Amino acid sequence: MKKAKGFWLSIILSLVVYGVVQFLINSGSLNPFYANTLIFIAINIILAVSLHLVIGITGQFSIGHAGFLAVGAYISAICTMKLEFPFIAALIVGGVVAAVAGLMVGIPSLRLKGDYLAIATLGFAEIIRIVFLNIDYVGGAAGMQVSHLTDWTYAFICLLITILVIVNFTNSRHGRACIAIRENEIAADAMGINTTYYKVAAFALGSFFAGIAGGLYAHNFYIIQPTNFGFLKSFDILIFVVLGGLGSLSGAVISAILLTIVSTFLQDYPETRMIIYSLVLVIVMLYRPQGLMGTKEITDYFGKWTNAKGGNSYGK
Amino acid sequence: MEWIQQLVNGISLGSIYALIALGYTMVYGIIKLINFAHGEVFMIGAFIGFYAIGGWGLSFVPALLLAMAVCAIIGVVIERVAYKRLRNATRIAALITAIGVSLFIQYGVIYIRGAQPEAYPNVLPSKTFEIFGVNISSQSLLILSVSIILMIILQFIVHRTKMGKAMRAVSFDAEAARLMGINVDRTISFTFAIGSALAGAAGVIFGTYYTKIDPLMGVIPGLKAFVAAVLGGIGIIPGAMVGGLVLGVVETVVSAFGYSLWRDAAAFIILILILIFKPSGLFGKNTREKV
Repeated sequence: MKKAKGFWLSIILSLVVYGVVQFLINSGSLNPFYANTLIFIAINIILAVSLHLVIGITGQFSIGHAGFLAVGAYISAICTMKLEFPFIAALIVGGVVAAVAGLMVGIPSLRLKGDYLAIATLGFAEIIRIVFLNIDYVGGAAGMQVSHLTDWTYAFICLLITILVIVNFTNSRHGRACIAIRENEIAADAMGINTTYYKVAAFALGSFFAGIAGGLYAHNFYIIQPTNFGFLKSFDILIFVVLGGLGSLSGAVISAILLTIVSTFLQDYPETRMIIYSLVLVIVMLYRPQGLMGTKEITDYFGKWTNAKGGNSYGK
Repeated sequence: MEWIQQLVNGISLGSIYALIALGYTMVYGIIKLINFAHGEVFMIGAFIGFYAIGGWGLSFVPALLLAMAVCAIIGVVIERVAYKRLRNATRIAALITAIGVSLFIQYGVIYIRGAQPEAYPNVLPSKTFEIFGVNISSQSLLILSVSIILMIILQFIVHRTKMGKAMRAVSFDAEAARLMGINVDRTISFTFAIGSALAGAAGVIFGTYYTKIDPLMGVIPGLKAFVAAVLGGIGIIPGAMVGGLVLGVVETVVSAFGYSLWRDAAAFIILILILIFKPSGLFGKNTREKV
């Protein structure tokens, strides 16, 4: 009962946040720059949370998340621009194709561990980028024109669904299996958990949401180019998860919000931004390797809602 | 005949990869860390060579030695400041720190001198020899001989000196080496110094061969050198040399077939095939996992 109550409470809270922001946008008291920053925050949270599922929950160190973002972005852009699908269908198709790409990458590479897995995912992401670079249908290096369709409503609904699915996945039997794999893969195997199945499933689910984020990302700018999805983009997503704390969903959300705001304000000084980013990363790793939140959730600090890791931590 | 020409180009490129890969493989062998900042040491080496040749008018060999010396110091500083505390940390923490250091160096250099590329001054006499109908430039010949000399020196250090013996002992078992009275910290620093010096040399060679350098030039050769190290079996020194040469030749062949845009993908496809089918690399032995 308590759990359900916390769940509905957080849904209502998040809808209130949504309504307030939507009202501010409609009434024009929130200028377009801030509205766009909010959309960008939502996209980054989706990315952070989807990678959190792979790294934080399942413990599989993937540094090629931008590859799936690219798949989602390009596929959904093709759907809307060339095939004239409605935006929602394009988002879903982008997510599904990204999930298929996740399966194709995950099944061979998830047999690897640690450093090797990291390098293999990095290699796959680079291959995906080079493939898009060489396809003339999507514009090659010059990029592809995309119309602006993403608005706050789409971004918010996608964000809400992402967080709900990932929270419920984490709290389910499957999520516990994934956490067991993170803690000790051999022991999990010995307890009868099909480790390959859960690793690949988590990877594909993470890729699906990265693909959704890609669709939103592509339709939030007017052009997408292969250079947008290089190693640095993967690294940006990784830093959200690591800084927030590996294994903490609310940590990932909080650091995605903070870092997006910081990098929006440092937009005119890209070098300074990267220097600050990298210094923060090194210092956090040296002095607080578990990240800001560790494996704790923000709700743990309230005591009452220990199990309701629902939607009360976004949209801030 | 054109094929032999391509082969020579491939070997020149491959010897640059091999020099970088040696640093990766030695560092990985000794502390099990993928030193992502290695590609940036390579970049710094290229810039030091550039300023030494263009600014102070040094000739090729003194510039090469200067770049190697400065890079060795930088490598040791990186190890002391960033990696030393992480000896007992998780692998993920170490890897992320390495990525952070790498980005810090890249953007630090951009911050200091800007992102614009530089044209490398021409220091080597550019003659072409004709051997059996194949045109070989004196540059690629010199690059090849410098690389081979450096690799022979490395082999000598690792197998014939006391420090080399210590390096092999630490990479075999750091705890046991410590019990035998080996100064493990100093050995690790020495490994970083040698690896970084080789990367610095590779940077100068790369600059003179390709004549264009920029602050982000280290990323792709760094990753490819890592591929070369994995290809040969990471932690194995001859493996890195062979892996580098194979990778260089494969890339040149892919370009020669007219797929030069796919060149970078070829390296990563090799990486993934190796990781899937023989993760221990061409020269590696399979190790069994113990619980």
